[in-house]
Amino acid sequence: MNFYGIKAIYLFEMARTWRTIMQSIASPVLSTSLYFIVFGSAIGSRMASIEGVSYGAFIVPGLIMLSILTESISNASFGIYMPKFTGTIYEILSAPISAVETVIGYVGAAATKSVIIGAIILITARLFVDFSIEHPLWMIAFLVLTSITFSLFGFIIGIWADSFQKLQIVPLMIVTPLAFLGGSFYSINMLPPFWQTVALFNPVVYLVSGFRWSFYGVADVDVGISLGMTLVFMLICLAAIGWIFRTGYRIKA
Amino acid sequence: MAGLVPAIHVFKGSKDVDPGTSPGMTTKSASIISASIPHRFPSCYHPGMKPLDSLEMPRPAGASDPIIAVSGLTKTYASGFQALKKVDLEIRRGEIFALLGPNGAGKTTLISIICGIVNPSTGRISADGHDIVRDFRAARTKIGLVPQELTTDAFESVWATVTFSRGLFGKPPNPAYLEKILKDLSLWEKRDSKIMTLSGGMKRRVMIAKALSHEPNILFLDEPTAGVDVELRRDMWNMVRRLRESGVTIILTTHYIEEAEEMADRIGVISKGEIILVEDKAILMQKLGKKQLTVHLQSPLSSLPPELQSDSLHLSGDGSELVYTFDTQSEETGIAGLLRRLNEHGIDFKDLQTSESSLEEIFVSLVRGRS
Repeated sequence: MNFYGIKAIYLFEMARTWRTIMQSIASPVLSTSLYFIVFGSAIGSRMASIEGVSYGAFIVPGLIMLSILTESISNASFGIYMPKFTGTIYEILSAPISAVETVIGYVGAAATKSVIIGAIILITARLFVDFSIEHPLWMIAFLVLTSITFSLFGFIIGIWADSFQKLQIVPLMIVTPLAFLGGSFYSINMLPPFWQTVALFNPVVYLVSGFRWSFYGVADVDVGISLGMTLVFMLICLAAIGWIFRTGYRIKA
Repeated sequence: MAGLVPAIHVFKGSKDVDPGTSPGMTTKSASIISASIPHRFPSCYHPGMKPLDSLEMPRPAGASDPIIAVSGLTKTYASGFQALKKVDLEIRRGEIFALLGPNGAGKTTLISIICGIVNPSTGRISADGHDIVRDFRAARTKIGLVPQELTTDAFESVWATVTFSRGLFGKPPNPAYLEKILKDLSLWEKRDSKIMTLSGGMKRRVMIAKALSHEPNILFLDEPTAGVDVELRRDMWNMVRRLRESGVTIILTTHYIEEAEEMADRIGVISKGEIILVEDKAILMQKLGKKQLTVHLQSPLSSLPPELQSDSLHLSGDGSELVYTFDTQSEETGIAGLLRRLNEHGIDFKDLQTSESSLEEIFVSLVRGRS
């Protein structure tokens, strides 16, 4: 195991995070604050509580998930896309480091940043609404698991993308709609029956539901299923990455 | 670990100016670090595979294993382009090997495959006894690569990037070693500068520092002096020699034949994906090199006397020079006989001059001969 290699990639990626610390933190904090002002205070005050949870508090887990998904994907995809774009990937490819170790370095750093941002949003949210966390350990588990899973997904996008447009298109065209339709701002039980069934095909539903359960003990789908689906998505990403490195897809001629 | 620093002596007095920060800075003469990597010069001889038949060399007893052995290597890209056609090549321990070839001949593909950047289609490669696929960790730890393109992270500092490279190659931190490398490459003053603020020549040195950061014993330099000014090129040649003296095997590709002529112990010529020749430079020059004797005549001749006419003797257009071509390999050059016959015919001369064909001429004739 090349621990020094993993550490080098991890620290390199984290250094990139610290260099852009203001953008990294200021932007999610700002957007979350806006969400709370609009949905939590302005609209939320006129909304009935959902399953005994006030609307302002209800959207906290969903908002954190929304940020985690987009941040994980953008961090991990950018992290591996840049060396491909500038050509510095030659060094990674010529180093005595395995595919697994490379992924641990890049995905580990992207997931770390996501967890930090998740924690910051959680603290920011606390300034706007009052909430408690029923299962803090499960909350952390979901946070970390989701960060890792979507960082893996972002890594795949970064490998696949051969232009900055493609790098943007998946988060913009697929992930944001899925996140918004995944029950971040509502319970899928509020949807008509047909759309409830459709929603079950959206992986984000399981993430948000499980995460919300860790806060308030209420969930759209069983927490076991949430956990299972998250793990399944993670395994799919791992299999895809395994295939990428075996075939050299888009990184090795 | 500091004791393992290979000797590098470079960029003596090169005026490689960072336009941003220190105008007029002249890099000082780099100190020579004592070479402590044991010398691994080949006291033995290994002929490169696939030499021209006529160039076959005897193989003295006690030949050691090659440091890089390539056998049956082919590469066909997804587009169907066959970049390498069954390449067999052996690089000797401790030598400077120059790989020459025209654009698109397969030089960079060959290097990229050995370094793990491109997958081979078929064939086997071992580096310092380790198969580059099965035992990739051990193989790659031995290899440093300076690619042709100046690809660096713009926002990183020089120090951060060499630290990164060392870690990536699985080596524990060794600030003293990295400091020595940077000092010898005249980059120490710039260690905290972002790479984007450095000049082109400095960036190339950063690439070299990165490649040396994990103490490799095989160094690939892909077109190291492309786009480098004359002074820096000389400094780089010096650095390569110093590295070789410290026991590092160096494989360089180049377009500049004078570079190969100046530096290399052995030369390989690649053309259209095939190694068409591997030979000791001196022997190559000797075997393929033709020497010419130019005789500057006292008074011009209108034509050669019939007795002197031969394929190897020509009269220049204005009749003032005789050009005699001879083979450096033959026992008799025929010069003495020629001069005697000139004397017999009463042809006086004021000067004599010999010249030998350059590697470039040899190279061109080789590549042309194949096409």
